[in-house]
Amino acid sequence: MAAMLETTNLGISFGGLRAVNEFNMTIEKGELYGLIGPNGAGKTTVFNLLTGVYKPDTGRILLDGQDITGRSTIEINKGGIARTFQNIRLFKDMSVLDNVKAGLHNEFTYSLFSSIFHTPSYRRVEQQMNERAMELLKVFELEKHADLLASNLPYGEQRKLEIARALATEPKLLLLDEPAAGMNPNETQSLMDMIRFVRDHFDMTVLLIEHDMKLVSGICERLTVLNFGEVLAQGKTSDVLNNPQVITAYLGE
Amino acid sequence: MKDKTLKSNLITYGMVIAAYIVVQILLTTGNLSSLFKGLLVPLCVYAVLAVSLNLVVGISGELSLGHAGFMCVGAFASAFFSKCMQNIITISGLRFFLAILVGAAVAAVFGVLIGIPVLRLRGDYLAIVTLAFGEIIKNVINIFYIGIDSNGFHMSITDQFSMGMEPTGTMIITGPQGITGTPKDSTFTAGIILVLITLFIVLNLINSRDGRAIKSIRDNRIAAESIGINITKYKLMAFTVSAALAGAAGALYAHNLAALQASKFNFNTSILVLVFVVLGGIGNIRGSVIAAVILTALPEMLRFLSDYRMLIYAIVLIVMMLFNWAPKALEWRERYLGRFFKKTVKEGK
Repeated sequence: MAAMLETTNLGISFGGLRAVNEFNMTIEKGELYGLIGPNGAGKTTVFNLLTGVYKPDTGRILLDGQDITGRSTIEINKGGIARTFQNIRLFKDMSVLDNVKAGLHNEFTYSLFSSIFHTPSYRRVEQQMNERAMELLKVFELEKHADLLASNLPYGEQRKLEIARALATEPKLLLLDEPAAGMNPNETQSLMDMIRFVRDHFDMTVLLIEHDMKLVSGICERLTVLNFGEVLAQGKTSDVLNNPQVITAYLGE
Repeated sequence: MKDKTLKSNLITYGMVIAAYIVVQILLTTGNLSSLFKGLLVPLCVYAVLAVSLNLVVGISGELSLGHAGFMCVGAFASAFFSKCMQNIITISGLRFFLAILVGAAVAAVFGVLIGIPVLRLRGDYLAIVTLAFGEIIKNVINIFYIGIDSNGFHMSITDQFSMGMEPTGTMIITGPQGITGTPKDSTFTAGIILVLITLFIVLNLINSRDGRAIKSIRDNRIAAESIGINITKYKLMAFTVSAALAGAAGALYAHNLAALQASKFNFNTSILVLVFVVLGGIGNIRGSVIAAVILTALPEMLRFLSDYRMLIYAIVLIVMMLFNWAPKALEWRERYLGRFFKKTVKEGK
């Protein structure tokens, strides 16, 4: 069985800076995988490479056995990768419900003609979209805020909404970029439960970038540590976190 | 949510229909001055233009300064059609209906052709290039001479005499003099119907899958792409629908005038429509209609003040702008007029 995600020798340079070099990583189906490292190590660049925002100079990306190297962001999303962003990128002047429904864009379709004339097929599909979107909002306990503008949500809820929107595109692999940033310990705890629930309930593979070591050691099964664009260590979470090199480079003595 | 949008849309339609009924009553009782009668069709034209431009500026979030260009294309295409069909289709209602469709279709084609290169740009650059295209359209149409005789169509871009037309032929487009003698098919009723159709198309589009895609690109382009929304397709969709509606407005405009000249569709017209959109509230469709009506009618109704007319017009612009956009004014509205205005404040942008 092919791995969910396999990168070989992935690399990209910005001018003279080698942002990511010889990046090899394999994530199995259903895994909760963590990508950690100091600031500027190239973690978000890896996400941007995986989602087609940047095209890699070298190397290949296989998603579920399919080569997706060099594809556009849209194709990669349709292929099964969805992501969240480090600095939240919600559709802030749209309602919470509409944010999730925008995520359902390619899952439920009808023609432009139906859009303009609100034909019976418009009504039927919109009904299905509403039901599906409310289901997703319930997972993240956002259903009571469905009519609120996304920008009026509290910060922690905005992060959850972003995950809900990403899940709406029915991905196989979910990339979370610092999901716990700015959350208090209680919120982080409930987020951890949610990520686990999402993995089990939606049969999802999750790759996350995180600085909160409690979250990382709490839910990640395996880790990759990046430092200056290079892989510093890789393997089981407990082994990696006890690796002396990782401790000096990132965690501190 | 769903019911609220529906209610808000019904209020918008109701408002237009109510205005129509009031005007009809005034017309039959003879209480309307001839000045105001002459304004009825332009009011509809500008309302349609403002709503269609709001689709690009407010919903798709791109500043377009070339809207008069699409209106120009629609006006000339439809007037050309009507002149050619004047003796073939004698039922004026049918001919006018087809002329509007022709105007909208030709403007839509121009919308696609111009949209493909222009929508690669963003922000200020896009605004400048749309402005340029608007002027180009106007100036190109300005030099066309087209006539018809027993041998068919003749065309020139220099002057009337180099076309080699038989003396019995008739001119259709005469360069800077444009098209004269277009059948005067536009009526207030036709105008109101066009306003309602425009509102129907735009409001329905906004509350649909395609509308959500367009708004999501406005709010966050990168995120929209990350959830698989095709940016070019939806930007072009908004731009083209808007161009087609502007073309229809142009057709209505052309059939209200004895002489149609390209020079009328200049930068000032584009800006005027943009002023309606901004003052009515960017993204607020109902506001566009109200602003277009008030700001078109006001200068005419203030005629009795002669010299002070433009002064008052300018003050109204400033007050409306403050009322719609100043944070303190918004707060005040929320607090004291909450029941009436809350919805619009939320929808605004």
